[in-house]
Amino acid sequence: MSDLLLREADEGGQLRMAGRGAWVAENAGMLEAEIDAATTDVTAKRVDIDMGRVEQIDTFGAWLLERLTRGFVARGASTNVFGLREDYRALMDEVRGVKPAQMPVRSGRSATGFIASVGKGVASVGATFVAFLNMLGAVSVALVRVMRRPRSFRFTSMVHQLDNVGWRAVPIILLITFLIGCIIAQQGIFHFRKFGADIYVVDMVGILVLREIGVLIVTIMVAGRSGSAYTAELGSMKMREEIDALRTMGFDPIEVLILPRLVALLIGVPILTFLGSMAALYGGGLVCWLYGGIDPDIYLQRLKEAISLDTFRVGMIKAPFMALVIGIVACVEGLAVKGSSESLGLQTTASVVESIFLVIVLDGCFAIFFASIGM
Amino acid sequence: MARGNGKEAVIEVRDLVVGFGDHIVLDHVDLDVYRGEILGFVGGSGAGKSVLMRTIIGLLPKRQGTIKVFGVDLAAASDAERQAIERRWGVLFQQGALFSSLTVRENLQFPIREYLRLSQRLLDELVVAKLEMVGLDASVLGKFPSELSGGMTKRVALARALALDPEIVFLDEPTSGLDPIGAGDFDSLIVTLQRTLGLTVFMVTHDLDSLHTICDRIAVLADRKVIAAGTMETMLASTHPWLRAYFHGKRSRATGREPARG
Repeated sequence: MSDLLLREADEGGQLRMAGRGAWVAENAGMLEAEIDAATTDVTAKRVDIDMGRVEQIDTFGAWLLERLTRGFVARGASTNVFGLREDYRALMDEVRGVKPAQMPVRSGRSATGFIASVGKGVASVGATFVAFLNMLGAVSVALVRVMRRPRSFRFTSMVHQLDNVGWRAVPIILLITFLIGCIIAQQGIFHFRKFGADIYVVDMVGILVLREIGVLIVTIMVAGRSGSAYTAELGSMKMREEIDALRTMGFDPIEVLILPRLVALLIGVPILTFLGSMAALYGGGLVCWLYGGIDPDIYLQRLKEAISLDTFRVGMIKAPFMALVIGIVACVEGLAVKGSSESLGLQTTASVVESIFLVIVLDGCFAIFFASIGM
Repeated sequence: MARGNGKEAVIEVRDLVVGFGDHIVLDHVDLDVYRGEILGFVGGSGAGKSVLMRTIIGLLPKRQGTIKVFGVDLAAASDAERQAIERRWGVLFQQGALFSSLTVRENLQFPIREYLRLSQRLLDELVVAKLEMVGLDASVLGKFPSELSGGMTKRVALARALALDPEIVFLDEPTSGLDPIGAGDFDSLIVTLQRTLGLTVFMVTHDLDSLHTICDRIAVLADRKVIAAGTMETMLASTHPWLRAYFHGKRSRATGREPARG
């Protein structure tokens, strides 16, 4: 321990201390320990603190000196600080006025806190659902209003969004669905071959891709790619009061910002689903030919027998509904962003997680529905 | 460190050239900032005042020239030396630049924690002391930056700039966006802190009142160069057309009264 604070003499109820060296930020940790040690066992009624040999003092040192004198005063001793350089007088006066404040207690992670957070989480699911319905209603109202005055629809904005969510997504969607098609076909051939049922892999690829996988992969991609972008865009607009600015100018943010984005998704996702399904069928066919030895002609012929128009329809009907879910969730979460960058991150995460979850739940509902109407 | 007129220059900018693409913003700029002074740095909008400030603190690359802070050439300094210098300055950004996901308390403690190992109790006490120095109290400690008013944000940001007791503070338009009373309060706060802590203040500003009341010296940036540096009287006496327009223009009725500092 260095000797920034010396105890020089302690006699007859009178304690004499002296400070030395630099009472600055770098030494604050050591100094604090010395000061706390000095004030623990004080019996003196009068304490003199000689600061004459302190070369330098900053806010850290000044506060610690103040804490030292307060510590003595609290123990019933009177203090006298002298020898401090004149330049530091103003600084000492400044810290003398500092009132000890009660720090807000950090909420610890207790068991009850954990249970409470679970409860809050469950309750917030309900709140999210209500917000979802709210947004759906608001969008419907805006849609009706726009239909009455079609010229008020933001066509340019919609085309711009369509470019972002549709056109620019084509390469990655094609690549991923192509690979998924390849993998399904490869796995199918590998396992079906044991039963000598290689050719049925075509049925599996066709039905699986057109009914389920094509639309699911595409919507999950779109949720991660465009849903998150919507949330982040709207969220940062909310943070910077751009949405409030729109409102004050008499614009409806739903009509200006959200409707074009939703329409772009409603147009883009079915097209992407179609393209993605075709790429997956192509990938499946390629693997069947190269890996399974199924000739492309036979693949196509078998595909014709295996799938019907209904198979294709089932997938395509689902696409716009899933697009709607992704869009609404993204916009709800975007508008829920508060002032901080952390909240922007949280809402974007929530947007992607919720929309992927809902897309899969919706897919399950559709599966039951189509099964019961025999499609 | 270079000494001129018996004053010690803590920042020496020599022959500095900064540009973006084909656009040269600062063309062979020289500037000295002396220890313990408040330097007001003025210039037209887009003239490159903030660019000079950001170049000095190392946020923008320079094309040519040297910048010495405390006598150390920052371009030639090692990482450790640079960090040691950075610890000795504080920056108040125009919009405050408080970390939006941290509370006021965490914002102020962030730089201290990074450099020093102190007990939580001392950290908390220091934060209150810093807040009181900038004219706030402990009630804002738990608040997030988005819950603060414009003036409070500036004060908290100033407190954060001062967190490590720097020797130089850079202020980028500290009074912009404040009402005249708030701006006046902020000016006197800067003077008080400057005297109390012995700070050197480099202040980019447009506020003629600030220039009059608190700045020891004024440096003027125009035509990509520092065209003048000196006291208010020098500025008022200058015949340079830009200076005349700036200090004697319609908005500068304030100059009609006697300068507050002799």
